[in-house]
Amino acid sequence: MTPVLELRGIDKSFGPVQVLHDVAFSVYPGEVTALVGDNGAGKSTLVKCVGGIHPIDSGEYLFDGKPVQIHSPRDAADLGIEIVYQDLALCDNLDIVQNMFLGREHRRGIVLDEDTMEEMAARTLESLSVRTVKSIRQHVASLSGGQRQTVAIAKAVLWNSKVVILDEPTAALGVAQTAQVLELVRRLADQGLAVVLISHNMNDVFAVSDRIAALYLGRMAAQVKTAEVTHAQVVELITSGRSGDLGLTNGVTV
Amino acid sequence: MSATISPARKAEAPSISANVRGYAERVRGGDMGALPAVFGLVVLCTVFAVLRPSFLTAGNFANLLTQGAAVTVIAMGLVFVLLLGEIDLSAGFASGVCASILAILLTNQGLPWYVAVGAAILAGVVIGATLGSIVTKLGIPSFVVTLAAFLAFQGLVLLLIKGGTIIAIRDETILAVANKNLPPALGWGLLVAGVVAYAGLQLLRARKRAVRGLASDPISLIAVRVGALALLGGLAVYFLNVERSRNAAVVSLAGVPIVVPVIVVLLLIWTFVLRRTAFGRHLYAVGGNAEAARRAGINVDRMKISAFVICSSMAAVGGIIAASRASSVDPNTGGSNVLLYAVGAAVIGGTSLFGGKGRVLDAILGGTVVAVIENGMGLMGYSSGVKFMVTGSVLLLAAGVDALSRKRAAATGLR
Ligand SMILES: Nc1ncnc2c1ncn2[C@@H]1O[C@H](COP(=O)(O)OP(=O)(O)OP(=O)(O)O)[C@@H](O)[C@H]1O
Ligand SMILES: [Mg+2]
Repeated sequence: MTPVLELRGIDKSFGPVQVLHDVAFSVYPGEVTALVGDNGAGKSTLVKCVGGIHPIDSGEYLFDGKPVQIHSPRDAADLGIEIVYQDLALCDNLDIVQNMFLGREHRRGIVLDEDTMEEMAARTLESLSVRTVKSIRQHVASLSGGQRQTVAIAKAVLWNSKVVILDEPTAALGVAQTAQVLELVRRLADQGLAVVLISHNMNDVFAVSDRIAALYLGRMAAQVKTAEVTHAQVVELITSGRSGDLGLTNGVTV
Repeated sequence: MSATISPARKAEAPSISANVRGYAERVRGGDMGALPAVFGLVVLCTVFAVLRPSFLTAGNFANLLTQGAAVTVIAMGLVFVLLLGEIDLSAGFASGVCASILAILLTNQGLPWYVAVGAAILAGVVIGATLGSIVTKLGIPSFVVTLAAFLAFQGLVLLLIKGGTIIAIRDETILAVANKNLPPALGWGLLVAGVVAYAGLQLLRARKRAVRGLASDPISLIAVRVGALALLGGLAVYFLNVERSRNAAVVSLAGVPIVVPVIVVLLLIWTFVLRRTAFGRHLYAVGGNAEAARRAGINVDRMKISAFVICSSMAAVGGIIAASRASSVDPNTGGSNVLLYAVGAAVIGGTSLFGGKGRVLDAILGGTVVAVIENGMGLMGYSSGVKFMVTGSVLLLAAGVDALSRKRAAATGLR
C-alpha cells in the first residue's frame, strides 16, 4: 500500500533551535496513525509543517506518491488535508457556521450563501451527534472548551478531505465526548480517509490506531503497527527513544 | 446548556419575546452594541431641547446633519481599520490632502468636477495602500506609521496650497453636496422606495429560510423593524421638508440635505460588503483572530492593506464633503479636531478599539452624538474649550464602556 502522505528527511528549525531532525512520516488511507511523543517532542510542529503553517527547511513532501510544494495553508487544504490544531484556531467574534466555512465560504455571485452553509454545518454537526449547542448561529466565544473542540473537528470533516489530522482532539473533552471523537476517528478511517491522531493517552491510542509513530526529541524514533507492539514498548519509545531493537541508536533510526 | 435541542434545526420561528430575551441576554453578557450611543443620543437631545428650544428647529436639524457629515464619513472608513485592531491617526489630514487636490484641480486647473473627485479619491487609495504596506511589510505598528503620516500630511497640505492661502470652490456640483437640498417630493420618494425595498428584502429572506427549514425571523419582528425605519425616516424627512428660509419667497430652503442620501448610500454599500461578502467576513476574522484567519488560508496582509485603502478613500470622500461645506479648502481642512472626532465617533458608536467588533452604522450613530454635542453646546454659548472637554469625556466614557463590556464578556464566559 502506498502512503497518501509521506514525509522524508524533514528538518525544521526556529532560529537557532532545531525542532525536527530528519523526520520520516507516512500516513495510509483507511488507517488511523497515532503520532505520539512527550511534551515538546515536535508533534505539533510536524503537523504545522504538513499544514503549510511553517515552511520546512529541507526534506521531501509526497502526496499520493508525487512530490508537492506546500507554501501556505491553502495549498494543504487544496490537496485535501484538514487539520484540527491543538490551539483550535477559531475566531471568537464569528459564529459556528462562519468559523466552519472560514476561508472557503459558499457564495452565489459575490454574495455569501448563508443558507447553504448553515444547512451543511447543521448536517455535519448532527452527524457528529453534537446536541449541546443552543444554536449554530451563536458566537464561538460563548462555547465551552469541549464545544469549541467539537466545532473545530466539525470544521475539518466538513470537507471531502483525504487526510484528517487531529492534534490532541480529546484533551478538553468529557468521557462521553471523548468516546464519540474516537468513534468518529475510527469511522473516518473506515470510510477510507487517512487519519492522524495525536494523543498522550495510551488507552485511546491502542483503542483506535492501526499504526503508531513515536517522536523523540524531534526525531522519529519508530513507526510500527499497533498490533505488533505493547503498551510498555510504546511508553519506552516515547520516554527514551528506544525499546529493544526498536528506536534510535545514537540518535539515528535503525 | 440544554441537552436535547439539535442544532439549528428548529423549524419553528423564534417569537419576538425570544428575540427580545436573546438581546437582553447579549447586553447583560457585555455585548452592548449600539445601546450606549442610542441612549446617549436620546439624553443629549432631550437636555439640549429643554435648555435651548432652538435646538429642535428644522433649520438646526439640517445644520447639524451637514455639520457632522464629514467627520461621520471619515469615521465610517476608520471602522474598517479599527475592526482589525489597527488605527489610522492620519485620516484627518489625509482628507485634507485629498480636499486640496480636489480644490487645485477644480479651481486652479479648471477641470470638471468628476475628474477632480476621481483624482481626490484615487489619492486616498494611494495613501491607504502606502500606509497599509508600510504597516504590514515593515511591521511598524500602525499607531507610529499613521502618527508620522499625520505630521507629513499636515505639511503636504501646506505645500499643496502654498503656505496658507485659501482656495475657493465655485463648482456648482461640489458645492451642492453639503449646501443644497433634495426637492421635498424626491425626499419622500426615496424614503418610500427605501422602506419598500427593505421590507421586501427582509420578507424574501425570511421566506427563503423558512422554505429550507431554517430558523427565520417572525413576520411580527420584521414588521417592527420596517415600522421603526418608516417612522424614524418619515419624521426626519417631514422635519427636513419644513421651510427653513426666513424669506421663502426669495430663496427656498427645504428638503433633505444632499449629504444625507450620500451617507445612506455609503452606509448601504459598506454594510453589504461587511455582512454579505466573503471579503467582509474575512475582515472580521482577521480582527478576531489573525492566526486563525491565516490558517484558514486568508491573506492577512492583503486584508490589512485593503482596510487602510478603504479608510483613506473614505477620508477622501469626507474631505470632499468638508470642502463643499466650507466652499473652500485651507491649511486647516481635515485638521484640528477632525481626526479625534472621527475616532471618537466610531468608538462612541460601539466599534471596539480591540478589533473584531464594529459596524459602519456605529460610525453614523457616533458621528451624530459628536455632532449633537458640538451643535448643542454651541447653541448654549459654550466656548470651544468646554466643547472639547465634554467631547473628550464622552470619548473616554465610550472607550470605558468598550473595555468594561469586554471584561464583562470575559467574566460571563462569553469569550
Ligand atoms: N513558533 C515556534 N518558535 C520557536 N520554537 C517553537 C515554535 N513552535 C514550537 N517550538 C518549539 O519546538 C518544540 C516542539 O514543540 P511542539 O509544539 O511541536 O511540541 P509537541 O510535541 O506538540 O508538544 P505537546 O505535547 O506539549 O503539544 C518545543 O521545544 C517548542 O518550544
Ligand atoms: Mg502539541
